[in-house]
Amino acid sequence: MNALKNMKKTTRSNLITYGLVVAFYIVVQAMTVGGVLNNSMKGMLVPICTYVVLAISLNLTVGILGELSLGHAGFMSVGAFSGAVFWVVTGSEMPSALGFALSMLIGGVVAGVFGFLIGIPVLRLRGDYLAIVTLAFGEIIKNVLNTVYLGLDSNGFHFSIKDSASMGLAPDGDVIINGAIGISGMKKASTFLAGVILILITLFVILNLVNSRAGRAIMSIRDNRIAAEATGINVTKYKLMAFITSAVFAGMAGVLYALNFSALAAKKFDYNTSILVLVFVVLGGIGNIRGSMIAATVLYVLPELLRGVADYRMLVYAIVLIAMMIFNQSPQIVAWRAQMADRVAANPKFRKLAARFQKNGPQGKKEEA
Amino acid sequence: MEFISYLINGISLGSVYAIIALGYTMVYGIAKMLNFAHGDVIMVGSYIVFIAVNQMGIPPLAAILISMALCTVLGLAIERFAYKPLRGASSLAVLITAIGVSYLLQNLALLIWGSDPKNFTSVVAIPALDLHLAGGKIVVSSETVITIVSAAVIMVGLSLFVNHTKLGHAMLAVSEDKGAAQLMGVNVNSTIALTFAIGSALAAVAGVLLCSAYPSLTPTTGAMPGIKAFTAAVFGGIGSIPGAMLGGVLLGIIEIMSKAYVSTQLADAIVFAVLIIVLLVRPTGLLGKPMNEKV
Repeated sequence: MNALKNMKKTTRSNLITYGLVVAFYIVVQAMTVGGVLNNSMKGMLVPICTYVVLAISLNLTVGILGELSLGHAGFMSVGAFSGAVFWVVTGSEMPSALGFALSMLIGGVVAGVFGFLIGIPVLRLRGDYLAIVTLAFGEIIKNVLNTVYLGLDSNGFHFSIKDSASMGLAPDGDVIINGAIGISGMKKASTFLAGVILILITLFVILNLVNSRAGRAIMSIRDNRIAAEATGINVTKYKLMAFITSAVFAGMAGVLYALNFSALAAKKFDYNTSILVLVFVVLGGIGNIRGSMIAATVLYVLPELLRGVADYRMLVYAIVLIAMMIFNQSPQIVAWRAQMADRVAANPKFRKLAARFQKNGPQGKKEEA
Repeated sequence: MEFISYLINGISLGSVYAIIALGYTMVYGIAKMLNFAHGDVIMVGSYIVFIAVNQMGIPPLAAILISMALCTVLGLAIERFAYKPLRGASSLAVLITAIGVSYLLQNLALLIWGSDPKNFTSVVAIPALDLHLAGGKIVVSSETVITIVSAAVIMVGLSLFVNHTKLGHAMLAVSEDKGAAQLMGVNVNSTIALTFAIGSALAAVAGVLLCSAYPSLTPTTGAMPGIKAFTAAVFGGIGSIPGAMLGGVLLGIIEIMSKAYVSTQLADAIVFAVLIIVLLVRPTGLLGKPMNEKV
């Protein structure tokens, strides 16, 4: 207990975050053993892990770096496709755990390479332009993947952007990616345990990045780019660092997602998926990693449990998104909230409450992850 | 011959983009925000015309006017309730709110009108206006003619309004410097509202023209043309009215030519690639003014 008290605040906060994930895993396992979970709920476990990883990684770009990326699904799909191709080609030849881990690694690396290639031009832009260009890249990736045909026969890989016939496969060859249909007939490999491990790895890397010197440099760019540049911080380097890290984990989440199903098509990773993840990030609290995790889990599970209101789900998301933004960001409402806090502070009855309010007050940026 | 008819189709599609882009560029110039919901106002406008003409039997011209009026109200409401409270907030907050509004409109439309595509009967088809050029080898449909003509009329009208009326000058002043404009007695809030009103009314017109050319109407009809029109606005130079027109027409031609000569599926990718190249090479667009960053 004493050791817990003496810990640095961030260490304790991080441990709580890891603990939440482990607790979630244990509870779910207990429920599975106890037979509380039905099949459709079990089917949601891996997608939940996917969206948690996506939300954490997008929060790095949106919350910590402070740039809006609308192309997160693009990195997810690049990772998903490269990981799934590797899995289909070699997965049957090695132990499935090793094959799965390697697929995930490859998905992450390829998404990271794309993050680098896209990040160099994109991060020169700012604000709205950056957002729209990430959206454009996401759409380009989707459109291009929709036209890709990839096959494998004894002579090696064959590639076409016209149709599967023009690849000229030998009779013994297999079509791996079939244009808009994508990859089908995959052996499923993702498990809930793998998902939880991926979440823990993501948390470990991103929380350590955020609390490091590099993380503080990234946040200083968010808060004032010009001041950061003037103090000698290499803006491009740190922006790229955050952007690529975010892309790598989006790619890994993509692999986790892809290998949970037997088929994979590019149209799943469209603009709407990017927005959905953004909704998780915003509702969990921009810059708040733990919040992203909770928001992703709750918002994914809730509509599935409340089938009747599923039609209204996106409508409610949209309204909550707007309301949250106005409540948290509108200059008048922020001023009003500060005024209310002062009034409460003046009242001795509420001094304790007020102290808490001012600590996390509306003005303060949510630094603690 | 084929090339010329593709070119005409491109100019026609580009004219629609140009009308949408005018809405983006004016709002961006004045409120310094990317109104993501603009594309969805187009969709709402098209549904209004569809219902007025097909279900209520209102004559097309009246239906278009009704749609323009309702879209203006919608645009003003969006500005008042979603964007105005955030004036002065970070651009990230405003952008996320705009995405929220866009989603709200799409999902409201989904609940009200359902997801099945509505077959939008062209309300601007006047067979007598079909042009037969080069001895009947090229047929230009009346939709195309009307689209191009209305885009030209709107562009000239808007330029005259902005450059030669008091309200137009107020808009220019606000886009130049909000604070200074306010000191000179310009009502900044009502000027911004006016901009949204004009943009939304134009969106209604664009919706009718778009759906007359591409008759399938769904709740997401406006999203893609909206994003492409924003691309057009950036291409031409955001904040510039002739720039929006030029960017729109060029983008329409690029899209139709890519569809005709490269690949239907890759056309969108090519359009977005244009956006990226323009932003990297000339971030202020073809006709935009270079901006210096103030520290």
